[in-house]
Amino acid sequence: MIPFRVAVFASIAAAIFLLVIFELIRSRRLQERYALLWLITGGVILILALWRDALRLVSEQIGIAYPPSALFIVGFLFILVVLLHYSTVLSELAEKNVRLAQDIALVEERLRLHERREEREAAEGR
Amino acid sequence: MQPSQLERRLGSRKRIAIVPALNEAETIGRVIREIREVDPGFEIVVVDDGSDDGTGELAEAAGARMLRLPFNLGIGGAVQTGYRYALANGFDIAVQIDGDGQHDPRQLPHILVPLVDGEADIVIGSRFAGAGEYKATIHRRMGQRVWAAIVSAIVRQPLTDTSSSFRALNRRSLSLFAADYPHGFLETVEATVLAGKYHLRLKEVPVTMRERELGRSSLTIPLSLFYSAKVLLAVFVSLFRRPAIRLEEEP
Repeated sequence: MIPFRVAVFASIAAAIFLLVIFELIRSRRLQERYALLWLITGGVILILALWRDALRLVSEQIGIAYPPSALFIVGFLFILVVLLHYSTVLSELAEKNVRLAQDIALVEERLRLHERREEREAAEGR
Repeated sequence: MQPSQLERRLGSRKRIAIVPALNEAETIGRVIREIREVDPGFEIVVVDDGSDDGTGELAEAAGARMLRLPFNLGIGGAVQTGYRYALANGFDIAVQIDGDGQHDPRQLPHILVPLVDGEADIVIGSRFAGAGEYKATIHRRMGQRVWAAIVSAIVRQPLTDTSSSFRALNRRSLSLFAADYPHGFLETVEATVLAGKYHLRLKEVPVTMRERELGRSSLTIPLSLFYSAKVLLAVFVSLFRRPAIRLEEEP
């Protein structure tokens, strides 16, 4: 069984973590879309820390002798998933960034030619 | 082939020269002038990839169209801008020529002829296909050979120069590059594999290239091995990647 003090500490930490995420969403500094994985991460850790029997069962099933390690591994796996998700988001943003830069170059050229023609026509006294 | 003869065969086909340039103030004017001398029918578009030496202004002053990227995208992103411009403006033929002067515009007819004759969708000017001698360090030569062998095997067409960006494209292949073009180091290798994946017909013709006066490659051997591994991975993955577009069937 996970030691009581570890469980208390892990629960408090997970609860604070969830509150921070909630506050970030509330103040619009974090979009729900990107917060969801973090909320699940915090939620699962909180549940396993509070519900010590479940954590013991999980550790026994996968052969971990020391249940707090199981908590650690669960957290670690979730962080991996979050990071992978961010890599895909980053790739998508990088792709869009390139497209936008190209679009700006293409539009800027047309605008430049257009303005020059207008200047020329103005100079010709129309 | 005489330029005048080529011009007759090019006829009314809309053609564009895409010139990517990053801080090439010293050479850009000459490159534009030389393209004009070979074929005044070319529209020349210089893609300024974030230069701070006035390359873009010089290109405009020399009479070229100029696309100015708001920040540096790297060579892949820059040339793709040119291909997107070519596609949007209905060009039939695009050639790609470096702004640093290493590609000699007087050799344009060599890469244009097979394209005009319909022998290929992409014609690549190769330094190793027989014309003249190309000086390079031994490990670069070896790297070239290995890449040529790998790429030839993948696209099932014999190629000798996978890092040449001196090439001519028809409408079909330029529309592919407008929609999908690799970014990053050795992007020509990936571009060639991409073209092969779409079953575009590739053809190499021998060309000579000028020595680059500035900007010698600063790659060390371990670093180039690391980059090669990266490109190899990218090439491998690209074989299984979902296609970005579907090319129209040939008429």
